[in-house]
Amino acid sequence: MTKELAARAQALPPPTERYTLLGWVHKNLFSTWYNALLTVLAFGLSYALLKPIIAWLIGQSQWEVLKVNFRLLMVGQYPMAQMWRVWVCLHLLAAIVGLTWGIWVHGRRLLAAVLLLVPLSLALLPTISSPTRLFLLGLDVFALIAFGLGRLRSLALRRLAIWSWVVYFFLVILIITGLNPAEGWFPIVPTTLWGGLLLTSLLTVVGIAFSFPLGVLLALGRRSRLPAIRWVSVGYIEVIRGVPLVTILFMASTMLPLFLPSGMRPQLVVRAMVGITLFSAAYLAEGVRGGLQAIPHGQYEAAGALGLSGFHTMALIILPQALRIVIPVLMGQFIALFKDTTLVATIGLLELLAISRSVLAQPQFVGFQREVYLFITLIFWVFCYFMSYISQRLEIALGVGER
Amino acid sequence: MEKSRSLRVQSSIPLWRDERFLRILGQAVFLAILAAILGYLTRNMLTNMRQQGLGLGFDFMRLTAGFDIGEHLIPYDRSSSFLRAYQVGLLNTALVGGLGIAFATILGVIFGVAQISSNFLVQQLARAYIEFLRNIPLLVLLIFLYTAVFIKLPRVKEAVMLPGSVLLTNRGVAIPWGIPTETFSLYVRILILGVFLAIAVGGLLAWYGRRTGRAPLTLLWSVLTLVGIAVVGWVALPDSPLTLDPPAVQGLRLAGGRQLSPEFMALLLGLSIYTSAFIADVVRAGIQSVSQGQVEAAKSLGLTTIQTLRMVIFPQALRVIVPPLTSQYLNLVKNSSLAVLIGYPELFHVSGTILNQSGRAVEMIALVMATYLAISLLTSALMNWYNRRVRLVER
Repeated sequence: MTKELAARAQALPPPTERYTLLGWVHKNLFSTWYNALLTVLAFGLSYALLKPIIAWLIGQSQWEVLKVNFRLLMVGQYPMAQMWRVWVCLHLLAAIVGLTWGIWVHGRRLLAAVLLLVPLSLALLPTISSPTRLFLLGLDVFALIAFGLGRLRSLALRRLAIWSWVVYFFLVILIITGLNPAEGWFPIVPTTLWGGLLLTSLLTVVGIAFSFPLGVLLALGRRSRLPAIRWVSVGYIEVIRGVPLVTILFMASTMLPLFLPSGMRPQLVVRAMVGITLFSAAYLAEGVRGGLQAIPHGQYEAAGALGLSGFHTMALIILPQALRIVIPVLMGQFIALFKDTTLVATIGLLELLAISRSVLAQPQFVGFQREVYLFITLIFWVFCYFMSYISQRLEIALGVGER
Repeated sequence: MEKSRSLRVQSSIPLWRDERFLRILGQAVFLAILAAILGYLTRNMLTNMRQQGLGLGFDFMRLTAGFDIGEHLIPYDRSSSFLRAYQVGLLNTALVGGLGIAFATILGVIFGVAQISSNFLVQQLARAYIEFLRNIPLLVLLIFLYTAVFIKLPRVKEAVMLPGSVLLTNRGVAIPWGIPTETFSLYVRILILGVFLAIAVGGLLAWYGRRTGRAPLTLLWSVLTLVGIAVVGWVALPDSPLTLDPPAVQGLRLAGGRQLSPEFMALLLGLSIYTSAFIADVVRAGIQSVSQGQVEAAKSLGLTTIQTLRMVIFPQALRVIVPPLTSQYLNLVKNSSLAVLIGYPELFHVSGTILNQSGRAVEMIALVMATYLAISLLTSALMNWYNRRVRLVER
């Protein structure tokens, strides 16, 4: 009892610090002489750095280059007539996110409002054409409908939500590529026309979708009791982790044709995807291995005692627990993969960074590096920050690290 | 174990149900499939190369390179061999890697500690720095620094002079540099002597510490010994071993000092600050991993704050910090290959040029990959050794 009281008495700061701005400032900024010195130094340094940047943002920057090239930056040369497919992918994403939100997320109203306001405010911009406006509003509508469904039938739809995430990754590839080799309905869009943020996202999606299973297999292989499989896995993982991604991409772009029969020459995008997948799998494998090592041996024994086979033990007992533990690590890897897609610029694919370079090569926009690169930095930052935010929420929601 | 023993007893089990046999069979099949795939790929490669009239082998490395490299630490011109060009690239990678690791570590430790500072402003600034850098691609940062910062500096005529006579121009950054005089070689010998003395002092103190159970400031005293000898040597010599050569603008070009190209500066700065954000998180996690109880225990033993830091927190935090720090260092070295897009002649860039000149794709890619792999394995071996040493502190 007294202990509790003592703890509470300590937790409350004195009233001066609690209620006055001055008290707060004194405690957090000027508590000792060296803290005061640090505050002044830090303030001076950030002022010196930020002042020219803000002055440039207000005074000198010109954003015309982005307005003119916006479509190029977003989708590259993806044909205008097929743009609806990109929108379909986005609508599906909005619906799945809405469904997931309705089922699992409670509270977080502010974030939801911000997410819903982004398309809405974009739709209200005066320069946007009316079909685009409809598509943008569609995002909110689909998200809200799915959210409502998820809220109402949260138990029944759980499995559907998980499966729709898995299917979504493959569906996106299908929708963007197309089916029909001839002209007409749903034609195949040649990969040479993919570009910008669209290509960046596709490389990420394909990378995640294929490197994840490969990574899990490699992790299992590394922990296998069979020496041949173990050593091959270890060798693969260590070699890939020891070399930079650019060398692997370079190999995929120039040497893959050498390794294949003379007639076969896969498209550059496919080769880049193979390179990214092979690279990312090695890193994912190390992440998954961490999770596998964290599972106590009793789990294997208990599964054996229940009469489960080796395969069933892995699929039903070990992997679900191991993967849950490593979700933050895996998300970190996915973020890294998203950032690494910029490296395909070295082999001549026009993803977001490379297409910015070609935009800047246009004679009328030669001097606009700052504007364009700041814009794509912002795009990358927002996506990565959002992903890491989700990862943190997931970590808490799934109780990672708590038993 | 249990199972295999019982299997041996029941010899009636047929071969195709014997688990030991099945395991060996499974591995044999796995290896056979792997060998078949690799063999198929190799055969394709050889066929393709024969069709293109190419052979395998590293003899071409002796041929004349025939291209220029902007920056080289060892003598090089276009009549040098491919091998020489490769060495130039390797040394440039080593330079950027070494300097980058040093700067990234310094910045990383500063921001890592700032992140857990009790000063609100410092803490928030450190967090903003880390969150910004961690969530953008390195390549975008490098290209931004190169094309939007270093190339856009004022022209040579309007060069900006920073304090310490550092010149900023769009042709590069020039810093003051020392020119060796005739006493320089003697001074180097004095320094080598100083290093040996410092090691001796360190060893002696460590031995004293082990014998008496006290904790002498081993590192501090060795460094002080070295610095002391360096200063005494500098003063005692009749002429100073280095004369300072500040850079200056001469007409349309820079003269004097050491000139650092925009490519080098962009790469070094980009790699350093990008990696420092990751190192900062490693450092923070390491310091936070030492439990509060350790600090309280140290205080109750009567240790001062500095002693607590030096003898309790640091050794334990280091053990958590070193493994992820190693992988960050390796990342930095591997990421230096991104310089290919901003044109700094490091290993990957030079190798690409060699590849284009000689047409030997397979050999060059294999060589580059083997080099990076060797650097990685060597570094991790060194760090593992260090890690074991740090681990020994645990009793």
